[in-house]
Amino acid sequence: MFDQLDQIFVTALHWLVGFLPVAWRSLASSLLCVGFIIMVFPGLFAIVTVIERKGLGRIQNRYGPNRVGPFGFLQFAADGIKALIKEDIVPRAADHVVHFLAPVVLLIPVLLAYAVLPFGRNMSVADYDAGLLFFFAVGGAVELSIFMAGWSSRNKYSLLGAMRAIAQMLSYEIPLILSAVSVVMIVGSLNLLDIVSHQNQYTFGIAHWHVFTPWGLVGFIIFFIASLAESNRSPFDLPEAESEIIAGYFTEYSGFKFALFFLGEYLGMFAICGLGITLFLGGWTSPVSWLAWIPSYVWFLTKLLAIVFVFIWIRGTLPRLRMDQLMNFAWKFLLPLALVNVVVAGLWHFLGAGALRWLVCAAILAAAYVALGHTLMRRQKLGKRIYRFAD
Amino acid sequence: MTLFLVITAVVTLLAAVAAMSLRNLVHSALMLAVSFSGIAAIYLQLNAEFVGFTEILVYVGAIAILIVMAILLTRSGETPEHSVLTSGWLAGIAVTALLFTLLGWAVLSSSALPAAPAAPPRVTVRDIGLELMTQYVLPLEIVGLVLTVAMIGAVVIACKEAAPAPAVSPAAKTSRPPTPAGHPAAPVPAPAGAFKKAGAA
Repeated sequence: MFDQLDQIFVTALHWLVGFLPVAWRSLASSLLCVGFIIMVFPGLFAIVTVIERKGLGRIQNRYGPNRVGPFGFLQFAADGIKALIKEDIVPRAADHVVHFLAPVVLLIPVLLAYAVLPFGRNMSVADYDAGLLFFFAVGGAVELSIFMAGWSSRNKYSLLGAMRAIAQMLSYEIPLILSAVSVVMIVGSLNLLDIVSHQNQYTFGIAHWHVFTPWGLVGFIIFFIASLAESNRSPFDLPEAESEIIAGYFTEYSGFKFALFFLGEYLGMFAICGLGITLFLGGWTSPVSWLAWIPSYVWFLTKLLAIVFVFIWIRGTLPRLRMDQLMNFAWKFLLPLALVNVVVAGLWHFLGAGALRWLVCAAILAAAYVALGHTLMRRQKLGKRIYRFAD
Repeated sequence: MTLFLVITAVVTLLAAVAAMSLRNLVHSALMLAVSFSGIAAIYLQLNAEFVGFTEILVYVGAIAILIVMAILLTRSGETPEHSVLTSGWLAGIAVTALLFTLLGWAVLSSSALPAAPAAPPRVTVRDIGLELMTQYVLPLEIVGLVLTVAMIGAVVIACKEAAPAPAVSPAAKTSRPPTPAGHPAAPVPAPAGAFKKAGAA
């Protein structure tokens, strides 16, 4: 019975497609899958915006939205209707075509990225041999759309925001990909389905998630930080920085185009969280074998919401970084640590099973972390902060 | 399949033509990105997944961004008044057509081309990786070395030269602007007559 519940979406898809003639089935099946993604994840976006505003309100000791619907949980509907009926203002000096295309170009790669993510057992839209490469390839096109938005607005703040965003995304893409490389080295495949099935084994009832190994833990932390930066979330939200450059590259967008940017940003965040779950947190598998009866998509969604909750928590807790701190952190700390992690993953593979590899790998990573941290801290010359202009 | 191929080919070629002929440099760069994506789509239709994805990752994700940043950082965004196409474009088309015919004829009559197209092999990323690590490991290493040299060269060129006079280091100069010039110590007083005028009116 639990198996049927687990496969309910797959069965429903086959049942629906079965009504059509054979020639149309593959097309109809693709369309249904696309429709599923387009319905589920923007729906999740709507819920998460409310949860985020409520959560931030709780962290900042205020109520948050509490007028629309029970406990304000229908706020997203009000926001959506407001965005739809607002006037769409385009600056006179703007490059109209590029200004119009930028939100569209943002949404296309973000939605494409969902194609390779396995949401549950047998629930993956496209089974590419190089699925991981596909994900990073389409992610690269996001930067182009941000540039289009910033440049076409003919606004200094927009252009500044776009330049900041591109510099940040290019810098953090390297640790992001390198931390994923360690997983690829261990699994021996770029296929995300293979990566999940590699983690779907249990010893003493505990799953073989990659995050439970030394290289996996370090890789996951690097991936997590880099994905915060890739999705422009606090403390890496300099490209938007509403208090200094008033929302950066989408300053000049209003109405539904602004909503599209917002949507694209959150969908990108969900996609990259989903990739992190697939790579390090076992995808749709359960952490302990006696909970394996819970349907796989429930596990995926639970993990996704848990990571998004941590994102919101971090946003409510940490202040924004400065540009030089951001770059130093990426290039002087995350990148060397990711490179060490790649070497350690190779060692892990060649040392064979046993307690020795746990000790060696953990020791190397801890030593690298301490050494890198000490070198960086010594350069910083930390001391009492002196305010020159604000006494 | 051929219909998709024709559509992508036409889009790619039109984007390439637009990239050459548009006046605004940023527009040209964006059209070049469209053209790159079209080439990637053609690779994907030929079952060359790895090459297609790498094309998008490297060309659309990195090269296009590099071009755009280079445009923004080097010159003002003014567009030229006249068309960038020179008057001799007819001669250009003639030369191109001649070159294309020559190359096409050479390729078609080459003996290296097999008579019947072989069945396309299913190449996985794993096969490509194994080949790169065994048979083609020397070219791979040489390419890596060349790229590293280029990167180090770029860093060396971009590096600030050491200041000849050690009296005032440039770092200290930039980080601490003189207070009176850059930042007024006292806030600028509001115009005194503003409120009175408003009240009188």
